[in-house]
Amino acid sequence: MAYNPQLNANGELQHLLTIEGLPREIIISILDTAHSFLSVAEREIKKVPLLRGKSVFNLFFESSTRTRTTFEIAAKRLSADVINLNVGTSSQSKGETLLDTVANLSAMHADMFVVRHSQSGAAHLIARHVAPYIHVINAGDGRHAHPTQGLLDMFTIRHYKKDFSNLRVAVVGDVLHSRVARSQIHALTTLGVPEVRVVGPRTLLPTNVSELGVQVYHDMAQGLKDVDVVIMLRLQNERMNGALLPSAQEFFKYYGLTPEKLALARSDAIVMHPGPMNRGVEIDSSVADGRQSVILPQVTFGIAVRMAVMSILAGNT
Amino acid sequence: MPLPDAEVLLARLTDEMRPAVSPDTLLVGIHTGGVWLAQRLHQALELRQPLGTIDVSFYRDDYGSRGLHARVKPSEIPFEIADADVILVDDVLYTGRTIRAALNELFDYGRPRRVRLAALVDRGGRELPIAAQFVGAEVGVRDDEQIELKKAADGRLSLIVNPPAGAA
Repeated sequence: MAYNPQLNANGELQHLLTIEGLPREIIISILDTAHSFLSVAEREIKKVPLLRGKSVFNLFFESSTRTRTTFEIAAKRLSADVINLNVGTSSQSKGETLLDTVANLSAMHADMFVVRHSQSGAAHLIARHVAPYIHVINAGDGRHAHPTQGLLDMFTIRHYKKDFSNLRVAVVGDVLHSRVARSQIHALTTLGVPEVRVVGPRTLLPTNVSELGVQVYHDMAQGLKDVDVVIMLRLQNERMNGALLPSAQEFFKYYGLTPEKLALARSDAIVMHPGPMNRGVEIDSSVADGRQSVILPQVTFGIAVRMAVMSILAGNT
Repeated sequence: MPLPDAEVLLARLTDEMRPAVSPDTLLVGIHTGGVWLAQRLHQALELRQPLGTIDVSFYRDDYGSRGLHARVKPSEIPFEIADADVILVDDVLYTGRTIRAALNELFDYGRPRRVRLAALVDRGGRELPIAAQFVGAEVGVRDDEQIELKKAADGRLSLIVNPPAGAA
């Protein structure tokens, strides 16, 4: 078997860095465990004691509200102590290297790092250098991966569609800049979804994207025809250098999800979006707030999925 | 030593519990064997409230050494625990650690008025001050043997002894 830095010698999950190469059984066990955590949120006391006495450091080198908050809630519902660091505003701006920052936090007895960084591979780098009892979760690195988002999307699809073996899923929009899309595509193909489509303009699709096992569409009407799941991606203005698009208005005209375009999908299709949404750019408000939208349940499920990942990691010593 | 017939023990346990329950008594089965038993008891005792189930994986005291159980099932407590009369149901009572975990989880749903414990078999060996109010039978097995409740395709329950790991 190929070396996988995410797995320990027993083949158990040691770090969660990317969905690429993750065994199907591990993905399924994360989804199953997350299912059991859902009900914890409905009890009088929304906590379980699994991570009592553990310290989880949220290490965000790039801003994020939803992801950081849901990781924080997940860790707190597991009874961990949570320390939030917005590193952009602290020692890194004084010149400290990434590994020195991590070494200092390890000296403060960290048990787990949740890392977001604008550089692809940052979480891998940290995972390679921490002590063996420390676990690292990638909360988004550059254009590379955002595995917990990919997993919560799979949890959402399974919740509404029950089974992956008979689905058509369309991932729409700015795939080129999207670490979310990459994690979703790896998860969908690993779980055996027979038809994964990517839909977008040539300038926003990676040139070799079909090598990931997806079908490529440049026309929304064709790409959305008869799909069961529509995953919209955020148009990543902040990652665009140069003229990949004429304008946001033009993007909306061709690739924005409107009720008319959604009508081409199956009538029971669900609409997903990882957030934050650009209303009127990639998605029309009437779709975002419409009956087929599961965008807010995605956020709720995200907490249970992150609890599952943390509790599985912390239990694998 | 052959183990007693689980169906006979279940009938005995049912008779023992019948005078001690009211229609509002809440049964909570502990996954997995305890849930099978609780389903049968719930029917036989004609209880009015739905059945509750608990998976103690998130409360186990060996998580630090053994990690998370691979097959966690959701706990379902479809009723108010506050001020309720609860009977926990498990298949084999041994160290008492599972019951400790189940009690902790139960109290995160609310403060019950009373909690009692029913077990199909009590094999002794307690490591915590925990006792069952209703027991099908006390059985003696070696410390390194494991008793397991099995459910056949037709629903019949039976008890088996698993030899220690490594022994044929």
